[in-house]
Amino acid sequence: MERNGSPLIEFRSVSKHYYMGDNVVRACDEINMSIYKGEFVAIVGQSGSGKSTCMNIIGCLDVPTFGEYFLGGVSVGTLRKNALAEIRNEMIGFIFQQYNLLAKSNLRENVEIPLMYAGVSKSERRRRATDVLTKVGLGDKLKNRPNQLSGGQQQRVSIARALVGSPSIILADEPTGALDSKTGLEVLSMLRELNEEGNTVVLITHDSSIAARAQRVIRLEDGRVSYDGPVSAAPGVGGDVRTEAGV
Amino acid sequence: MRFFESFELALKNILAGKMRAFLTMLGIIIGVMSVITIVGLGNGMENYMVDAFKSLGTDTLNIMITGRGSSRSVSEEKMYEIVEEHPEYFLKLSPTVSMGGASVKLGSETLESPSVTGVSEDYLEMKQYLLMPGGRGLYYVDVRERANVCVVGKYVNETYFDGEAVGETLKISGRMFTIIGVLDIIADSGETEEGGADDVIFIPYSTAARMSGIGVLNSYTVTLVSEDLATPAKEVMEDELYDVFGSDNAYRVQSMSELLGTMTQMLNILITVLALIAGISLLVGGIGIMNIMLVSVTERTREIGIRKALGAKERYIMSQFVIEAATTSVIGGALGILAGFGLSAVATQVIAAMTEESLTVSPSIASVFMAFGISAVIGILFGYLPAKKAAKLNPIDALRYE
Repeated sequence: MERNGSPLIEFRSVSKHYYMGDNVVRACDEINMSIYKGEFVAIVGQSGSGKSTCMNIIGCLDVPTFGEYFLGGVSVGTLRKNALAEIRNEMIGFIFQQYNLLAKSNLRENVEIPLMYAGVSKSERRRRATDVLTKVGLGDKLKNRPNQLSGGQQQRVSIARALVGSPSIILADEPTGALDSKTGLEVLSMLRELNEEGNTVVLITHDSSIAARAQRVIRLEDGRVSYDGPVSAAPGVGGDVRTEAGV
Repeated sequence: MRFFESFELALKNILAGKMRAFLTMLGIIIGVMSVITIVGLGNGMENYMVDAFKSLGTDTLNIMITGRGSSRSVSEEKMYEIVEEHPEYFLKLSPTVSMGGASVKLGSETLESPSVTGVSEDYLEMKQYLLMPGGRGLYYVDVRERANVCVVGKYVNETYFDGEAVGETLKISGRMFTIIGVLDIIADSGETEEGGADDVIFIPYSTAARMSGIGVLNSYTVTLVSEDLATPAKEVMEDELYDVFGSDNAYRVQSMSELLGTMTQMLNILITVLALIAGISLLVGGIGIMNIMLVSVTERTREIGIRKALGAKERYIMSQFVIEAATTSVIGGALGILAGFGLSAVATQVIAAMTEESLTVSPSIASVFMAFGISAVIGILFGYLPAKKAAKLNPIDALRYE
């Protein structure tokens, strides 16, 4: 694992607290982690472990209550909404569990959206959307609507949409959650390919077997990091025989 | 993202739900349609009134002397003097003696309809009436000699004399009058009719005054240099008559153009009030748009979340919804304008069929532009609140929205 220069993603004691009446819910509790360019990291944890909150912060959809989050060396916590929107647009490529495609728009229009908000001209947008849809194997379905596609195909559209703006990070939130295991594996190998091409991929999942496809695992429990290291040594992941209880 | 793209997106969304979009627009359509038709109706009524007054002469003053007791009066000579003293206002004067009760007989047949009026030799020229070839008008000598001659309107000529009236005679209140001339068509409609502007007989005012037993002439018509001078000319005439009578109860000076001005003003107020009432439906239409846009924001919460996650700034979301509301409203406005023209045409036909008057309901270009502008403004105003709501949505919550 290369770790040249400064990390792409860096959490410094990041906490996210939610206040519900008198109770404080610590969704993230002083998390420290660094992710470097070119890594394929799986953030894994049970529901309630804080992995969704973590993803929201990495994706600049949310800001930490305490601590600092550096994305490409820039502290994000102090930025305003418009600046966050710009960062999401330029640096993050989202892949969601539910695909989150616009039902009324065709595939090409769906993939064009990030470029539209980036102010790319219409003809350039078309060209790039067509290219990237071809790359994911849907070059013949540019004018189809999402609901005419299978789940796996829809997820490939959403991968194309995440890629089209050449973001610094591909952020995939349970990308296989809505797919059968075979299609899920296809999607995972696609993510792997993307990583091999040099993209930084952050995968959020509750499923250890899926996390096993990454290079590195960060396991969260109750808002804290309980493991951070290579897949091979991760408890309860992949071919490792040790159970979580045995850690 | 440029404006045109937002507009394209808005059009696409509107076209995706045509029925819903149409129902949303309906309030605006009806509002614009009523405003346009009502303003058109006002224009039509004004034109109709102006025409009616024009035929009475908007460049003339009518003076009625009621006198003060029986002793004070104004002489014919004094009236001519007043007119000559103010050439900057007045052109010509003619006494008019209306013979309301006169019976007109042709042989033993009684003609009921023609109106008989005593006028001076200048009157026909003042009114710009033209004579048919082969006859003459009234001369000064006819007035001086109280001659029993008359000029008849075209209707009288054609109906009772087969167009050969000159040289024939008819009896007015028992006196035999020789017809010396026939007027060419006067009526604005271009058609003669019984009791209309062409069903008239003019005789010398001196003859008429003697026949009616009037000692002193009490009615005059004065033509003005210009119709714009009606108001100052009326004041001058009133001042002069006040000097004669020392009271303003002894006479009445009527200016057709002033009367027309007053009536037009009243009509305009009425139309403005009606248009404002119709405008309320525009407001209701705007609220309808706001309502649907609010529903639409809720329905599209997830879409908004996706767009925000993919990098849409608040102002893009905002402009998308405002432009969609404005586009809906403007399309409604355009349809309303078309409907307004349609309704105006129908109203013209209905009025013609019901009243036999030709009143054209003519929507003005200004009202069209205003209706269009107002509907755009309404769309933007009432689109603002839902758009603000959409723009402020938290992307995390919006993405999770089912």
